[in-house]
Amino acid sequence: MKRTFLGEFEELVLLTVAVLEEEAYGVSVTQELEKKTGRTVGFSTVHTTLQRLEEKGYLSSRMGGATAERGGRRKRFFIVTAFGRKALREVKQVREDLWNALSPTTLQLMGS
Amino acid sequence: MADFPEPINGGPPKWTTMLLAWLGHPDTLEEAAGDMLEIYQYRLKQFGKRKADRLYLVDTFRLLRPFARSKHEKKNSSGNPFRLVMLSNYFKIALRNLVKNKGYSAINIGGLAVGMAVALLIGLWVFDELSFNQNHAHYHKIAQVMQSQNFGGTIQTGDGLPRQLEQELRNKYGNHFKYMALAGGAGEHLLNSGDQKVMQNGRYMGPEISEMLSLKMLKGTRSGLADMNSVLLSESAAKAVFGDTDPMDKILKIDNKNAVKVTGVYADLPSNSSFSDLSFIAPWKLFERDLPDWLGWGNNWFNMYVQIADHAEMGQVSAAIAKAKLNSIDQEEAKYEPLIFLQPMSKWNLYSEFKNGVNTGGRISVVWLFGITGLFVLMLACINFMNLNTARSEKRAKEIGVRKAVGSAKTQLAIQFLGESLMVVTIAFVLSLLIVVVSLPAFNQLVDKKIVLPFAQPYFWLACITFILITGIVAGSYPALYLSSFKPIAALKGISLKPTGSRLAGSPRRMLVVLQFTVSVTLIIGTIIVYRQVQYAKNRPIGYSRQQLLSSPIKSDEIIKHYAAFRNDLLNTGVVEEVTATDSPITNTYVTNSGFDWNGKNPAMTDEFVTLRITHEFGKTVGWKIREGRDFSKEFATDSMGFVLNEAAVKYMGLKNPIGEMIQWGDNEKYKVIGVVKDLVTQSPYEPAKQTIFFLNYKRLNTVNIKIKPSSSASLAVTRIESVFKKYDPENLFQYTFADQEYARKFSDEERIARLTTVFAVLAVLISCLGLFGLASFVAEQRTKEIGIRKVLGASIAGLWVLLSREFLLLVLISCLIAGPLAWYFMNGWLEKYTYHTEISWWIFAVSVLGAVLVTLLTVSFQAIRAALLNPVRSLRSE
Repeated sequence: MKRTFLGEFEELVLLTVAVLEEEAYGVSVTQELEKKTGRTVGFSTVHTTLQRLEEKGYLSSRMGGATAERGGRRKRFFIVTAFGRKALREVKQVREDLWNALSPTTLQLMGS
Repeated sequence: MADFPEPINGGPPKWTTMLLAWLGHPDTLEEAAGDMLEIYQYRLKQFGKRKADRLYLVDTFRLLRPFARSKHEKKNSSGNPFRLVMLSNYFKIALRNLVKNKGYSAINIGGLAVGMAVALLIGLWVFDELSFNQNHAHYHKIAQVMQSQNFGGTIQTGDGLPRQLEQELRNKYGNHFKYMALAGGAGEHLLNSGDQKVMQNGRYMGPEISEMLSLKMLKGTRSGLADMNSVLLSESAAKAVFGDTDPMDKILKIDNKNAVKVTGVYADLPSNSSFSDLSFIAPWKLFERDLPDWLGWGNNWFNMYVQIADHAEMGQVSAAIAKAKLNSIDQEEAKYEPLIFLQPMSKWNLYSEFKNGVNTGGRISVVWLFGITGLFVLMLACINFMNLNTARSEKRAKEIGVRKAVGSAKTQLAIQFLGESLMVVTIAFVLSLLIVVVSLPAFNQLVDKKIVLPFAQPYFWLACITFILITGIVAGSYPALYLSSFKPIAALKGISLKPTGSRLAGSPRRMLVVLQFTVSVTLIIGTIIVYRQVQYAKNRPIGYSRQQLLSSPIKSDEIIKHYAAFRNDLLNTGVVEEVTATDSPITNTYVTNSGFDWNGKNPAMTDEFVTLRITHEFGKTVGWKIREGRDFSKEFATDSMGFVLNEAAVKYMGLKNPIGEMIQWGDNEKYKVIGVVKDLVTQSPYEPAKQTIFFLNYKRLNTVNIKIKPSSSASLAVTRIESVFKKYDPENLFQYTFADQEYARKFSDEERIARLTTVFAVLAVLISCLGLFGLASFVAEQRTKEIGIRKVLGASIAGLWVLLSREFLLLVLISCLIAGPLAWYFMNGWLEKYTYHTEISWWIFAVSVLGAVLVTLLTVSFQAIRAALLNPVRSLRSE
């Protein structure tokens, strides 16, 4: 089976969108990421990544929710597509396989 | 967060937002900009204004996608403008428009075709001038050797050289040159073989000339001049002498003297070569054999052509040989400071004039003049095209409105109108090609050239296509941009297309009309001034009578030996009034001498006089006017040592009482001044008369001048004179020229310019008027209803005529104001070239302005009066 490639940041953004469910758009994704990782995330990076993920078919979007704060501009809400969910599962599977393959001593050394 | 004060002004820098809107990706612009603002507020609370601003800026720049194009727009766009269906539609509409407005189309296409034909003809002419001599394979390496000499402060440059120079250059500077050839005896020579006698232009030249000019040998080889008694004939000369028989190794005689054998035949040199009239080349040695032995470094009688060595550089060689003559001559000659230099072949045609030893251009100024004029005429035609197109476009406003409403993009419309203009230009170009083909013979005659249309050359067609494209785009760009920028709603309503307050719809169009008439009026003024100058020089008193004055070269010594009998025979024919012989033709006195000494001469002065050897009857024959003293007379034997001076010579020498003054010439020959005559114009009619000395001589005579009785006809006189010539010189052909014709020939260059500028001016005015006519009829049509209402309310026809003509007249008057100083500036510069020139007087401008106004009124009035005469009932009903 052909593996879909997800970069690390792409994976994070995709997961965040999944976490935020219906409320995922540029700003909320940026803020969520900052909260979870504890560092400042460039908005432009998030924006470009969201665009790319949509292009690749992991995300779909709709427009809506204009506020005064945004100068009356609408937001673009993203949701994860079935293809996106599949990609996330695959990535998770790879990780879990690798975790499971760790010997108990190594695991112990890592402190978990 | 509380550490940071709340910002007063909450917004990010405005310009970054605008930058993003301008250069961001068009598809995500809305949400990106929104998100950015939201994030900014968040960052503001998080970090404060400064950092928020910085982050905002960084994000903005990282989101710029200056080259991104919307992906969605494509789906909704109106499709490829080059799709076949659309193209055929464009064609159909264009053709229908042309056919529907036959009058406009004719003006449009006709005007453009005439303009293009002029540009094409001038282009061919300029190309011909620029490619002059380039057919010679060694074009870049060939040069003519020239000489500058200082005559009492003025440096004169000429191509005459002493024959000794060749040996000097070969001996001391030989490594600079590959080939070298002296040349002499230019002009017509009699060639005869058996009974066949023909006059042919030819020269005696060094044997290396054939390699230098890379002659294309049809028979024989280029080394054919090695033997002293040989000759190379051009193809046409061979045909003239020998007909269809093989000329090789046949014997012919040149000027009844030199018997030579034909050793080769070369293809005729093309007409745009400096050697185009070189019909035969005879060996220099043959010529040299008959030259007198006393010819020294001071006798600059010959020409010399060189081809520099392959590795050599023209400027360096020229500098190296500068003193070749100066280093070989005695003190007496060195006074003239002769400097030798090379005039490269590339400069022969266009840069042939020298003033004070400096190259001052020459024909190149005419090339520029005509090139610019041609461009202007083309520009006029293009302006017409633009003007009429934009004016007419308002009629097509509805079409544009519909097209836009149905979804035409602006670029698409621009392409449509550009294409339409290209189509019209192509039609006009085909027409102009026809015009050029038809008018080329007349044009060739006008400019004295043999230009042919190079149909077989691919570069010609390439140039044509470029020409069409450039003209089409230039002529179509303004209409295309103007038409495509109509607002669809306004266009459909058919209102507010005309900017308020302007009846000609827009100042660009007015400017175009002004530009057009500025060019036309400038050309008119220029033409009048050129004509005035030619007329002025022609009317100049020349100091002698050239009517019925015939001259013929003396080709046989028999005539000189039996001069008295010869003269008597001529007088006895009954048609001849008087006869005189001179050493140079009276219309071109080219002999100069120096070394004169007189009382009160400045010892430092290097004198130079034009000298004319004459016989006793000269004064009577040409009818000169004695100012002081007397004419030569046979009653005084001492007159053989007498001088007659012209007024210029008296002034030049600074003599108070010239009569009786003794002038020493040479070592111990003293001449007495016996008379002073009014200046005779014997050289350029634009230059002041040169200081001239006339003296008697019955030996060195080259020309017979014959005054024919006013009562007898020229043709009868010529036959009778010929019979006398035949008696003394049966061998040679009788040749003659009339002084008045020779004199008139001095004006040929100026007259050619005058004729050409006339043609240009007429065409320019014609094209401008065509445009004006079209525009006027358009305006009249536009205002049909207004005129109808005015008439109903009681406006007179005269009033309406003024109303319709006024604006155009104003524009033309403005053009005249611009054209006046412009023409004055250029024509003043042109006139400065001539020492003897006419003044630019105010009436020339007045006449030109009057003419322009008159032509405008005629053009506009036709339409204005027609519109004014229209029945208001009909014009008002035309909804």
